[in-house]
Amino acid sequence: MTDDQGDLEAQFAQWRHYVQRRRELRQTDVEELEDHLRGSVDDLVAAGLHADEAFLVAVKRMGSLDELSREFAREHSERLWKQLVLTGGPDGPAPGGRSRRDLWVMVACAVGAAASVKAPELFGLSLEDDAAFYGPNVGLFALPWLAGFLAWRRRAAAGLVGVLVALFALGAVAANAYPLAEDSQSVVLTSIHLPIALWFVVGLSYVSDDVRSSRRRMDFVRFTGEWFIYYVLIALGGGVLTGFVFGTFEAIGISPETVIAQWVLPCGAAAAVVVAGWLVEAKQSVVENIAPVLTRLFTPLFTAVLLAFLVTLVVTSSGIDVEREALILFDLLLVVVLGLLLYSFSARDPLAPPGAFDKLQLALVVSALVIDVLVLLEITGRITEFGTTPNKAAALGENVVLLANLAWSAWLLFSLIRRRKPFTALERWQTAYLPVFAVWAWVVVLLFPPLFGYL
Amino acid sequence: MKVTKDLVAASATPMVLGILAEEDSYGYAILRRINELSGGELDWTEGLLYPLLHRLERLGHVESSWRSVAGERRRKYYRITPGGLAELAEQRRQWAAVVGALKEIWPRSDDARPLTTFPLGDFA
Repeated sequence: MTDDQGDLEAQFAQWRHYVQRRRELRQTDVEELEDHLRGSVDDLVAAGLHADEAFLVAVKRMGSLDELSREFAREHSERLWKQLVLTGGPDGPAPGGRSRRDLWVMVACAVGAAASVKAPELFGLSLEDDAAFYGPNVGLFALPWLAGFLAWRRRAAAGLVGVLVALFALGAVAANAYPLAEDSQSVVLTSIHLPIALWFVVGLSYVSDDVRSSRRRMDFVRFTGEWFIYYVLIALGGGVLTGFVFGTFEAIGISPETVIAQWVLPCGAAAAVVVAGWLVEAKQSVVENIAPVLTRLFTPLFTAVLLAFLVTLVVTSSGIDVEREALILFDLLLVVVLGLLLYSFSARDPLAPPGAFDKLQLALVVSALVIDVLVLLEITGRITEFGTTPNKAAALGENVVLLANLAWSAWLLFSLIRRRKPFTALERWQTAYLPVFAVWAWVVVLLFPPLFGYL
Repeated sequence: MKVTKDLVAASATPMVLGILAEEDSYGYAILRRINELSGGELDWTEGLLYPLLHRLERLGHVESSWRSVAGERRRKYYRITPGGLAELAEQRRQWAAVVGALKEIWPRSDDARPLTTFPLGDFA
């Protein structure tokens, strides 16, 4: 009899575990249903059934769990919208202490980032007058804090933390040690490339629990996309807030312009870097990743535009007017194409057979490559004719780096569609290539100024 | 004969409120009571009962609490509120109107087609 009872309890435990996985059912609902099941079992046992038979009959009577959940969902539709739970769930095993600690560390890091923006003022530098200082250093205010937060979350090894600190220090040296004039091309180049280089340092901190893992690197790619989207959303909200601050204070005759330009905007922008990173970490399972959804939407559109451009180019047989701006435009085009590729990879089921979308991507990549080769031919002609500048060299280098990535991706995509290579080959190629981007960004930051005589 | 799903759904609220007006109760007991009252002809499922109870709670017609009655498990009991009693009265008025109208339309239905009831799957 006691044995029977033990078996029955085990069965109840199993049932509870199974039902608890339903998002539509809260803990109290499960308890209520379990009580119902127990009532049913008790009556059946009283009618003469064995405990295990009674359990089977009672469960069967309750009907399919799918149907039950559907009925619950109809009454509690809000449960299907995943909510961001900041400090552990009200039910479930709730590792609440951990996420609350996360929250505090995040707040500390965000405050640190905001303070870092204002710290240079203690040394007599101001946002308004020292653009040559703030430009190259922009990545150094917030990104170390974000990297620190991630490293803390991952419990990074001491050696790796040392590497992170060294890299940020190297970045600080690159930004400030070279004698660059305020209007030199190199200042602009460093301002653009140092944040990129430092972002890869953030990436190193992100993958610090498993530096070599291709999967972790892909996670970092996902992180980057989601982080960007969160940042834009926070910026939009911040814009609305700023608008109201302006309007309301002006209404009572006080101009908040200095406060906003000197404090709210720069500090907010720096703190948002950390907050966005924390949000991505905290909500990983809360919302569907949005970057892959956007890529699904825009891959066909971009392909159509690029093909239309190619057709027009051939039909009108007009040459491409390659000024410096054009080169940057086509660099950006390659970045966008690479982004579309990466984010749809990040959401692709590695085991799925090649489908129409893969062919579409191949068309996108190939048309981008064809356009880019045309541009590149024109540009190299120009450079050999008129000599080079830091800007041209950087743009050209980027173009080559991206072109190599995309060309090999196109080949792998082609092999995938022909079923000669598995999808993982593509994924591994992309994740293995990430350090190349990092190295190039560091090269521009560290080597270009001396190479081009601090132009 | 089983009562159709639509009719079950339509009569569910007054039925539950009526049972709770008698005394506080919990899910399994409510379901059993409904089975008794209808001679097994009302086919209620858990998927109907519990979401309905939760909806009535959200609307303020009933309130719930976890109670342990001596010698029994801890259970979630439902109790009808004054708002629930008012709703029950309103529902009774409406049902009286419907039933009255049906009786007018089918004056001799009992003679024409005697309703035989036989217990279908006693709810143990």
